[in-house]
Amino acid sequence: MKDKSLISITDITKEDYKIILDLAETFEKKPKQKILENYVMASLFFEPSTRTRLSFESAASQLGAKIVGFTDASSSSVKKGETLKDTIMMVSNYADIIVMRHPKEGSSRYASEVSSVPVLNAGDGSNQHPTQCLLDLYSIRKTQGTLDNLHVAFVGDLKYGRTVHSLVTALTNFNTTFHLVSPVELKLPSSVKRFIKEKNLNYYQYTELDEVIPKVDILYMTRIQQERFSDPLEYEKVKNSYVLRNSMLDDSKPNLRVLHPLPRVNEITEDVDSNPKAYYFTQALNGVYVRQALLALTLGVK
Amino acid sequence: MAKQGKIKELKVSAIENGTVIDHIPAESVFQVIRILGLDKVSNQIMVGTNLDSRKYGKKGIIKVSKKFFEKEDLNKIALVAPIASIIVIKDYTVVYKENVEVPDFIDKIVKCINPNCITNNENIVTKFTVIDKEDLKLHCHYCEKITKKENISFK
Repeated sequence: MKDKSLISITDITKEDYKIILDLAETFEKKPKQKILENYVMASLFFEPSTRTRLSFESAASQLGAKIVGFTDASSSSVKKGETLKDTIMMVSNYADIIVMRHPKEGSSRYASEVSSVPVLNAGDGSNQHPTQCLLDLYSIRKTQGTLDNLHVAFVGDLKYGRTVHSLVTALTNFNTTFHLVSPVELKLPSSVKRFIKEKNLNYYQYTELDEVIPKVDILYMTRIQQERFSDPLEYEKVKNSYVLRNSMLDDSKPNLRVLHPLPRVNEITEDVDSNPKAYYFTQALNGVYVRQALLALTLGVK
Repeated sequence: MAKQGKIKELKVSAIENGTVIDHIPAESVFQVIRILGLDKVSNQIMVGTNLDSRKYGKKGIIKVSKKFFEKEDLNKIALVAPIASIIVIKDYTVVYKENVEVPDFIDKIVKCINPNCITNNENIVTKFTVIDKEDLKLHCHYCEKITKKENISFK
């Protein structure tokens, strides 16, 4: 994987998943290793994303890398009208690797084509966010001991949720059975469903959350945003139907874990937080180890 | 019947050497001209449209003198003229005849449906993989969104 950009989850082979997740495990055991002391990471956030940026910068700092960059486009030359191409060509002279977040879909793929150094996509609009997907996979493997043959439920906004699209796509490599729970307006789009169909995997669609919980190993919750509904009445109708309360976990499997890409609003009530099956805060921490693994592999030091 | 056919053919005069693109849906003639860049060449070109076609109702035809295209370029017109046929003429004689085929990849000519795609916001050449040739579904190399047949528009 040395020198290879990571733009989309579809760039990763089944073998790569294992290499990345295995290496991330070694960083979890020993996160501070000065293996990137001679490297510079450019952190280009054309739109703010505190969570992802801090996770990447913490990952790089703990490995000894130097960080240059900007935290939103208004503090960069983009504001002066510089094209993405020019910004990337300039920055690739200064850094060994570029981490970028950009509001336009496809921007990271384009950057990887004009850059002389590898690019790690930290989110391009509503398109891809592969490092989020890898930390989800890491969390699933860690809590279940395997990625193979699991029953995974996705709940909430399956239409616009970028993390859902990436994770569903990735899981089609592992013989997953999919349980898709959403309002009719927010069903998983056919462009993502085609990956499930191509592999002939089973999937079930629901509009109610309760009946799914006892069947699954992973419950992946997402936020339903009001602005996704053209009719505010429709939002009012569904907004409380996809809320997870602690009592709903009573009949769940012992190995069930609840994941959420965060930030959460009201879709998981706070009484769930102390349930040992709640895993969403540890899930976020796992992002650091996965990003350390990607930095090390892409720069060729591991 | 034979005589009538002959008269029809002469509505657009024959060329000595070059390429004839026949059986273009009448409404797509000008798009074919744009896709092949014929609005920017100095060759002699004859265009006929809304001609009667026994098989297809109304059709268009384009005859380009002294020009021979790459197959790759001609296949791009399959997006708007899926049943078009390509006829290569040398010394007033047909030396080659073939139907167009939808290609596996399409670059430059099509616009991505997604307004938030980077190709619609910076000066970038578009690239698509054709994931469904019959229903025409184009997968954007950059934003990964799918542009369907009914939404295809040209740059």
